[in-house]
Amino acid sequence: MKRYDLIIVGAGPSGLSAAIEAAKRGLKVVVFDENEKPGGQLFKQIHKFFGSKEHKAKIRGFVIGEQLLEEADSLGVEVVLNATVIGLYQDKEIVVKIGEAINHYKGDTVIIATGAAENMVTFEGWTLPGVIGAGAAQTMMNLHGVKPGQKILMLGSGNVGLVVSFQLLQCGCEVVALVDAAPKVGGYGVHAAKVARTGVPFYLSHTIVKAEGEDCVKGVTIAEVDEHFKFIPGTEKHFDVDTICLAVGLSPMSQLLKMAGCEMEDNPKRGGQVPICDEYGRTSIPGIYVAGDVSGIEEASSAMIEGRMAGIAASEYIGYIDKDEMDAELVKLDAALDGLRQGMFAPANRGKTITETEEGIPISTNLLKKGFVADDEIERYPGVTHKKGIHPVIECTQNIPCNPCQDACPKKCISIGANITSLPTVVENETCINCGMCVASCSGQAIFLVDEDCGDGTATVTLPYEFLPLPEVGTKGDGLGRDGKRVCDAEVVNVKSMKAFDKTNLLTIRVPKEYAMKARFFKAY
Amino acid sequence: MNSVNDRSRDIGEFIPADDDDMIICRCEEITKGEIRRAVHDGMWTLTEIRRYLRTGMGLCQGQTCSKLVKGIVARELGISPAELEPATSRVPMRPIEMHVFANEAKEDDDHE
Repeated sequence: MKRYDLIIVGAGPSGLSAAIEAAKRGLKVVVFDENEKPGGQLFKQIHKFFGSKEHKAKIRGFVIGEQLLEEADSLGVEVVLNATVIGLYQDKEIVVKIGEAINHYKGDTVIIATGAAENMVTFEGWTLPGVIGAGAAQTMMNLHGVKPGQKILMLGSGNVGLVVSFQLLQCGCEVVALVDAAPKVGGYGVHAAKVARTGVPFYLSHTIVKAEGEDCVKGVTIAEVDEHFKFIPGTEKHFDVDTICLAVGLSPMSQLLKMAGCEMEDNPKRGGQVPICDEYGRTSIPGIYVAGDVSGIEEASSAMIEGRMAGIAASEYIGYIDKDEMDAELVKLDAALDGLRQGMFAPANRGKTITETEEGIPISTNLLKKGFVADDEIERYPGVTHKKGIHPVIECTQNIPCNPCQDACPKKCISIGANITSLPTVVENETCINCGMCVASCSGQAIFLVDEDCGDGTATVTLPYEFLPLPEVGTKGDGLGRDGKRVCDAEVVNVKSMKAFDKTNLLTIRVPKEYAMKARFFKAY
Repeated sequence: MNSVNDRSRDIGEFIPADDDDMIICRCEEITKGEIRRAVHDGMWTLTEIRRYLRTGMGLCQGQTCSKLVKGIVARELGISPAELEPATSRVPMRPIEMHVFANEAKEDDDHE
């Protein structure tokens, strides 16, 4: 039986991060993954990540995946793909199906980083072809280059539902509605806003009554629900669609741990059946660790830190480093993880109703109900100011741990301060040079450069644009409001694409000056 | 003893519902009505339900339906899903052909 110092199950963000930390300290590490490609969910994430520099903020997910793979490879980590772990036995014996044979391995330590699986909900017709998980849609689009459908309804307004809706739009699908039974949007407001401004209607307190069609999905009916999630008769709405995407949460894939005899608990706050473990992923069985979504649903940035923690803890467990070294490293990682678990969406705030930002500004109720900040609400946020000449307008209205905008501005026009969750403010005495770095760096696509009065009755708005085809200068079209509805005529006056923008294009549109603070998206005629 | 295992508890009669013919476990084609009826037949744990109906025993190994089945059983028993012990996890974790399962790699075979 082949032995390793550390066997990791799952080559996603946490598994690879764990492998890197352990291999750095001299452990012989193997990572098994049942998929044909490594990286777990990271390679499907084409959006820029939130956080700060140390969390790889503003880098797109798949690039982070490539960086992790490269680092693991350079450290001599063995990554075995198409390798399905089918059992975890006593004494850390792992049984793996590789090709057409069963292989046995023994690890002195084991890290389970198997991630999570998508939840489903049932409604009439839910088994029809065309009802798919949002993750499945993402796999089809971003890994295999296949369009999941033409007209799509998304159920679920958490970050997965919002991000995947945006990606569906990017891949040329029509998203007819974004629906959630909850009374308010579950994911980041900025993710919701970038979907809403393209014209996707949000239906909160609504859910699917039935999927229609004989052999496949041809349509869907939704209806409003009351506070007990019961349908309100007479509120039914029908949409012609060929695809229904479900983004209704994830469940940890923790079966291997249960099989190994780890103490488990059913914890709805962590997403379901999870192992009982400490903050560094130590389970009830010495030498078996967990990291990432399998120990509680979060997201990729925290999964990477958890992975590193587990990798370091495992290194200490079998004596490659001493306790002092481990503690010193873990303290640093604790701080990094803490940084991510701040703000309104922190795990500690789950289920709570937050009505004010940390600055004491009322949260936009329209954002929570419709997916966009209303025109009469936007002025109250510190990133939204008025000035002569070009200046940034930062429509960032919720406290999330993210700060690339503050580093992006070479003139230091944007300030977040020491607290990473603070809303960005525009520094009064600094002058914007219209470089666009802030617009491209904002993972939430919430920054615009606005010249409110060009002197000829018009204004210009520079907005982030990640769609193809890219409109050419001179293209005329509709200026869309935050709600995605037409507000005015608009003409593209500049298109900027630079390597430093990392594929976010900057579109400058000219609009009548009374729409400078209203037009936030462009649709060519 | 927790409430789930107290089988002297009265959970009432099986009341037919409109959506009883909705398929819950797609692999084994088990309906919501069959699962609800199984609870009234005395199957109060997920392990019993699984043995009685084969829910979660098909190709996907419960990846899709186990949470749904759990919710239905819990509702029928009038308890929270978190109180129900999930069914036992066993090798093999993923569906596997028998000829592969029985094919032990040679000790000196390397996967590379």
